[in-house]
Amino acid sequence: MAIDERTLVTERIEALLASHPPASTPERDFWGAQFDHGLAWVQHPEDFGGCGVSPRWQAEVDRRIVEAGGSVRNRYLNVLGIGMGAGTLMAHADEERQRRMLRPMFTCEEIWCQLFSEPGAGSDLAALSTTAVKEGDTWIVNGQKVWTTLAHLATWGLLVARTDPDVPKHAGLTYFVVDMQADGVDVRPLYQITGEAEFNEVYFDDVRIDDDMRVGEVGQGWAVAMTTLMNERVAIGSNVAPRGSGAIAHALEAWKQHGGDDPVARDQLVRYWVEAEAQRLTTIRAGEARKSGTPGPEGSTGKLHWADLNKSITAFTIDLLGAEGMTYPGGYEFTRPDETANRAESAHKAFLRARANSIEGGTSEIMKNILGERVLGLPGEPRVDKNVPWREVPRS
Amino acid sequence: MTTATPTASFTVTEEQRLLRATVRELIAARATSERVREVMLGDEGYDRDAWAELAQTGLTGLTVPERFGGAGATFAELAIVIEEAGRRLLPVPLLSSAVLGTEAVLAAGTEQQCAALLPAVAEGRTTLALAHLDERGGLTSEPGVAARRDGEDWVLQGTAGYVVDGASAEMVVTAAVSDEGLVLLVVPGESAGLERRPLDVLDLTRPMATLVYDGVRVDDDAWLAGDDAMVALHRALSAGVVAVACEQVGGAGHVLEMTTGYARDRIQFGRAIGSFQAVKHRLAELLVQVESARSVAEHAARVLAAGDRHELAIAAPMAKSYCSEVFEQASADGIQLHGGIGFTWEHDAHLYFKRAKATKLLLGSPSHHRALLAEVLSL
Repeated sequence: MAIDERTLVTERIEALLASHPPASTPERDFWGAQFDHGLAWVQHPEDFGGCGVSPRWQAEVDRRIVEAGGSVRNRYLNVLGIGMGAGTLMAHADEERQRRMLRPMFTCEEIWCQLFSEPGAGSDLAALSTTAVKEGDTWIVNGQKVWTTLAHLATWGLLVARTDPDVPKHAGLTYFVVDMQADGVDVRPLYQITGEAEFNEVYFDDVRIDDDMRVGEVGQGWAVAMTTLMNERVAIGSNVAPRGSGAIAHALEAWKQHGGDDPVARDQLVRYWVEAEAQRLTTIRAGEARKSGTPGPEGSTGKLHWADLNKSITAFTIDLLGAEGMTYPGGYEFTRPDETANRAESAHKAFLRARANSIEGGTSEIMKNILGERVLGLPGEPRVDKNVPWREVPRS
Repeated sequence: MTTATPTASFTVTEEQRLLRATVRELIAARATSERVREVMLGDEGYDRDAWAELAQTGLTGLTVPERFGGAGATFAELAIVIEEAGRRLLPVPLLSSAVLGTEAVLAAGTEQQCAALLPAVAEGRTTLALAHLDERGGLTSEPGVAARRDGEDWVLQGTAGYVVDGASAEMVVTAAVSDEGLVLLVVPGESAGLERRPLDVLDLTRPMATLVYDGVRVDDDAWLAGDDAMVALHRALSAGVVAVACEQVGGAGHVLEMTTGYARDRIQFGRAIGSFQAVKHRLAELLVQVESARSVAEHAARVLAAGDRHELAIAAPMAKSYCSEVFEQASADGIQLHGGIGFTWEHDAHLYFKRAKATKLLLGSPSHHRALLAEVLSL
């Protein structure tokens, strides 16, 4: 079985590289051909960008493409589409939508964004209050989304909205694909503590969505959204950085330039070096355990550990800089950074940006609940909103 | 600067999985709380029944080569046994005899000396201890014992402090300063002129002794005359450092399990206390730390098994400094989260708390090991 898959994938890679040499093929044309060869997301079926093999072959495909001088940066350019949207559409959308949307998603002709979080629904996503009310075959959407990466470049958005406020929160949600150019969609940059706007706020004012742009059944939005978020976990993957890279590299550099001989700072630096290495080794151990089919608790601790550690190390690095730590080199630039640019962050920017690590993608507090309840088997908190219609649950 | 990324592998062989399961079962039956307390308050020094059973299973001479009567396994396997023993505080001389003593003899002894000494050690009939410190236990000072040649004999004078299992060991590998530099001499525990004073230790499950050598006489064959004694001692201590880290992971892991179980069962305010985030989050943080500690300890054990001296200079101090602090935190949180019962003598929480503190300081504190690491990393 595995051998057959290897042969199939290898032959397709050879054919793709022969017909579309990466060096002489424009990026988008290459990605289109990659899609047509079934190598965009190998686990999906024929004609939909895949070839029906195990998803683990994707790494091999990407490796071969990069080796041949091709690019896989579409996965970053359109991270929410390729990383999360594709899997969601394949699982829940109708065939017409799949045929229409998947290819331009992969070629980055159409960028995607994800419209989940709201000012009133962060950790408690299912409490969201953007409404979609049905009028004939059309849904009328009103509300506000926040922390929306790429919304200002996006053609399509993955939207979860409340279609029934009179049932408990999880039961009243429905999932849509929304045209980001539609009347009533207003995208505004959201400036963060670095001065940049990596994210957007998106306002919906009587935005109309045809019912055929609904993904999944009415009231099934939570289940569909979970598909998206599970794809998010896969998309994030488990690449292991080399020893001494990342935040600790900034700290080592700062120590060499400013450290001098403070034994307390040296001890702290080594402490962080060890902690970073412990986290890194655990990622390796978790990867091996997953591969050998015996995953354990080590696979669940990475996000929490890394987030808190990254915050600590980046803050400590500023301490090492001494007086220079009071500066912000280059000043605050109120820009919208290009997601695709490979930004070499300064220690100062890394320090500020790291504050979000323990908030985005699950706050550290929520991660601890998850570890406590799902890994350690501790009971959950009593829930005051359980079985209560969304309309009656208190909101800030 | 030594920050090249080493290859790290955590592959667990089927044999290792089986070994862990076997050892866990064996130790669970042996190291009941009742038995551990009986041994720690008794005069035997260690659990001789348990040691005999480990010997029968071939676990007392795991890393001793087969030609010297051992199992010829690697430190990766020994690390599993040590971790499992650490989980239940099994009071046996694994660290003193199977690691420190055995490694010193293997590293410094000649082929004949190893063949003469190690079969009995591997069979569990003889236990070894390593006496290498001075009376005050300072890591950077010279050994407290001096040795001088007297005809065909060696005569030892001085005091060695903090000798793990020093009162019970049949043979004490003694590091001594001499005119020829550092020497390692194998001294019978019952030698004339050797006084072994048990220390009043914090961790009763791991006895230590002060050894006073007053004209102790041994023949020249007691001198481990193989490789350089300084190098050999360093090798034994490196193995000891990694062993302690593995033991700490076992202890910390057990404390986490024990405390999590308690948080599930203990009801206050009509709820299991583990449903309160104040408790749950602390346990989740411990889980992160224990899993990280397991990674660094296993890495160090595998590096030691592979004989990668270069990486060991990073992995060993990393493991000892990290695992020490994780175990200390885990055992302290263990007491706190158990509430009142955790402060009683009756509950086992204090045994782990004491083991954690004592092992933190044994063979070098975390800050000592971080200083070593800073040197290796040129910081």
